[in-house]
Amino acid sequence: MNFPEELKYTSDHEWLKMEDGVAVIGISDFAQDALGDVVFINCPEVGDELTAGEALGDIESVKAVSDVLSPVSGKVVAVNEALIDNVEMLNEDPYGAWIVKVEGVTDTVELMNAADYEAFCKEA
Amino acid sequence: MELLFEKSVSGRKCSILPPCDVDSYQLCSCTKRELPLDLPQLSEIDITRHYSALNRRTHGVNNGFYPLGSCTMKYNPRINEEIAALPGFTGIHPLAPAYSTEGCREALQLASKYLCEISGMDDMTFQPAAGAHGEFTGVMLIKQYHQAKGDTARTKIIVPDSAHGTNPATAAMCGFEIVNIASAPDGCVDLESLKAALGPDTAGLMLTNPNTVGIFDKNILEITRLVHEAGGLCYYDGANLNAVMGVVRPGDMGFDCIHMNLHKTFSTPHGGGGPGAGAVGCKQFLAEYLPKSASMDGEGHIQVRSFAGNFLVVVRALAYIMFLGKEGIPEASTNAVLNANYLMNRIKGTFEPAFDVTCMHEFVLDLGNFEKETGVSALDVAKSLIDYGMHPPTMYFPLIIHEALMLEPTETESKETLDWAADIFRKLYDLGHEDPQYMHDAPHHAQIGRPDDTEAARHPVVRWNQQD
Amino acid sequence: MGSYVPSTKEQRWEMLHAIGMENIMDLYKDVPSEMILPEGGLNIPEGMSELELTRALTEVAEKNIVFKTVLRGAGAYDHYIPSVVKSITSKEEFVTAYTPYQAEMSQGVLQSIFEYQTMICQLTGMYVSNASVYDGATAAAEAAAMCKSRKKTVTLVSAAAHPDTINVVKTYCYGTGDEMRVVPAKNGKTDLEALKEMLAAGDVASVYIQQPNFNGLIEDAEEIGKIAHEAGAMYIMGCNPISLAIMKTPAECGADVAVGEGQPLGMPLAYGGPYLGFMATTKKNMRNIPGRIVGETHDKDGNRAYVLTLQAREQHIRREKASSNICSNQALCAMTAAVYMATMGPDGMADAANQSVAKAHYLAKHLCEIPGVSMVYDGEFFHEFVTSMPKQDEVLAALEKAGILGGLPVAEGVLWCATEKVSKNQLDRAIAIVKEVLA
Repeated sequence: MNFPEELKYTSDHEWLKMEDGVAVIGISDFAQDALGDVVFINCPEVGDELTAGEALGDIESVKAVSDVLSPVSGKVVAVNEALIDNVEMLNEDPYGAWIVKVEGVTDTVELMNAADYEAFCKEA
Repeated sequence: MELLFEKSVSGRKCSILPPCDVDSYQLCSCTKRELPLDLPQLSEIDITRHYSALNRRTHGVNNGFYPLGSCTMKYNPRINEEIAALPGFTGIHPLAPAYSTEGCREALQLASKYLCEISGMDDMTFQPAAGAHGEFTGVMLIKQYHQAKGDTARTKIIVPDSAHGTNPATAAMCGFEIVNIASAPDGCVDLESLKAALGPDTAGLMLTNPNTVGIFDKNILEITRLVHEAGGLCYYDGANLNAVMGVVRPGDMGFDCIHMNLHKTFSTPHGGGGPGAGAVGCKQFLAEYLPKSASMDGEGHIQVRSFAGNFLVVVRALAYIMFLGKEGIPEASTNAVLNANYLMNRIKGTFEPAFDVTCMHEFVLDLGNFEKETGVSALDVAKSLIDYGMHPPTMYFPLIIHEALMLEPTETESKETLDWAADIFRKLYDLGHEDPQYMHDAPHHAQIGRPDDTEAARHPVVRWNQQD
Repeated sequence: MGSYVPSTKEQRWEMLHAIGMENIMDLYKDVPSEMILPEGGLNIPEGMSELELTRALTEVAEKNIVFKTVLRGAGAYDHYIPSVVKSITSKEEFVTAYTPYQAEMSQGVLQSIFEYQTMICQLTGMYVSNASVYDGATAAAEAAAMCKSRKKTVTLVSAAAHPDTINVVKTYCYGTGDEMRVVPAKNGKTDLEALKEMLAAGDVASVYIQQPNFNGLIEDAEEIGKIAHEAGAMYIMGCNPISLAIMKTPAECGADVAVGEGQPLGMPLAYGGPYLGFMATTKKNMRNIPGRIVGETHDKDGNRAYVLTLQAREQHIRREKASSNICSNQALCAMTAAVYMATMGPDGMADAANQSVAKAHYLAKHLCEIPGVSMVYDGEFFHEFVTSMPKQDEVLAALEKAGILGGLPVAEGVLWCATEKVSKNQLDRAIAIVKEVLA
């Protein structure tokens, strides 16, 4: 399992990267492994306001569905359209397959660094 | 095999209608469809052979053992089909004048009377077309009751974590918040969790008894008393009524309303997924909230379906009750329970029951240890059963047991069938230890091998000749 | 008494002993004894043999009057049912199978549903159909629920829809605590000006109309679609499936969801059920449609295979977050509709539709030639129409005496219906009786 150093992680298994004040959000390797084959993702729309700790969308596998919780509060400025037709990217390259980009971040949930998150996942 | 559409030949047809014997009438061209109507063009022999081939690729109760837990796959009597096909039932318009529909109304009244007696209720509706639809209707009774009393603070429905997914989905459709309560280690309602969940915001409790793991909750009177004390009502999900009909009545357990799956307990066929009927009964104080049809009975009531519901399904259930009668009804449930316990005992020692107690009409096997030992999952065992011509049990339900197989043999299976089934389970237990790979690859002799569900959901093809 | 328990008395003893019990009631030791019914304590009649049962229920059925000629529709339509439809759908495997959860032993049922879905798409012009819902009224209610969003929760329903449909949609909306508003009718059709005003508030999730409507009239369905979409609302069309063989499809009218009562496709009147709710939508809404859907895929050896798919929408996975709780549907009725459509074919379907139109217009024309009888509405109609006439009760009674179920008394007069099943002779006879009573 892969835990890139440059990312921050939530206890709900999302990852977060700040790029010039824009928060880029995806799900971790651990999350995609636990979900199994992802078949669909419900994304928010550009312009939607997100609240830290609340669902920004959900991810469906064949036998399950789980919410993706937003690590930040802010406004969606981009949604990864490529995922709509190629949702398997979430399984194949979870850290490349970002889900949304959020601007104007006001609030953030508690985040872990890679080492702490790796330890957290081992306990789970 | 080919689809009907792939067998279509342009210009081929069946001769059904005579030429029109009145002048034709042309509707305004502005209302005409321009899209070609691409239905298949076939002769009668093409059609009958096609469906005979599909019929051969279908497993029904009359093909073999079907121990699908929580679905009560009992024998569907042929005589009931014959009675439901009587022209005196099939040829009646739902809005025909009352004097001409006396027989239909008598059939519904009789069914209502008998089912009220069996469930311990006072009144009933047959509008709901299925179990989940019955749940919706029942919880809507609870909603109306509280609202009529001005008791608008009751916004929560309590549901055990072992409940079928329809229970929380139903409560949400009725605008209630769901409070999930944990089960006790024996799979029954945890009284402390229940007490903690109850309060002035409790609208009601949804419960099956026997519960979804096949155990009769011996605290049932205490449970319903506690809910009533808190001002809530008790809803009985009749999915498991086949264990207790004629032995104990939900009304006597303290329930206020109930749905019964006529397509489970009362032997009406499942038809590949429907039509069923979810008769909803209630105590007298809720009767005024039962649904009625606007076109048959006038306005002023809730309504969950057009007209009087799946009438011909009710007729079949009535025939079943009349055939069994006062002795046959309990005979059916006691033998359903006997068969389940016998089968559980014959399997025990290999796959282990999740709860090693006397079960009701169904039981859950917990394959957790077996899976750890062999790597063979409940799914692999289920798929292996198919090679023996046995329909697999319900898999991965209830959710509180991870590698669950839930078996419900029903009363209409003989001892020989149960012995045969138990031997197969024992054989598969050994096979799992000897040749797990063989089971991972099962089934080996079915219509198809395991299908790719992921591909189906990722890139859905949901019709023939689909073009984006 | 009758019994379907195969085990003999001796076998039952053997089984009881095998589990270490003496008495069958030992199985119920967890049940508080005060609740257990005494033996024979159920207050219902004693059981009976198959022959006695047949006698008893045939007698009940014979208390009904089966009219030889049916000129009444109003949501339940007396079309001719081809013989193969009945014989195919009574095959035991189809009748006694459950929901096809185990694809490896259910390819027959799954393929039949896939074919049904395709035919509903062909009929409606929509992209995707589900495997059926309970009936036309619940299909409308499920569609309304599916169209709601966080921002828009109001459903508008035309007053010219079937009263049962309006009441069912209202009940479902009451359930979730959302509002349903009725758009008034003008001259028997949805009032477009009123509709525009009601949409102006901006809180409307969807607009539902019925085509042809309850009065038999053909709505300006395309125009209504435009009006709904301009206001940002979704558009739900409830359609008579026979009419779709010749009339503009919901897809051509811009509908987001097409629903309807499938009973005319080979199901008997049967005092109201079982019937069939059909439901289809656009590609965009595919993952929001409730109910089961069958999809095509491949098995591990590359063979074509059918499975239940997109299950993450459904209650057993989504639980309280599911938009619907439906699981059992009307599968065998869906198969009935598919066999009916395959038997009629495209030409036969259009023939049934055209003959129904022709016969209804023949009946309307000749009834209105009788002094005192006139059409209530002047709009174009399909196979139902409303007349006003004096002595309406006497007219209907006289028809019934002659074995003819006349039109349905409604507030504005009598709602008549004719299908391809009635012959010119039957129509002439009905017309003559009306003439005689009103002479």
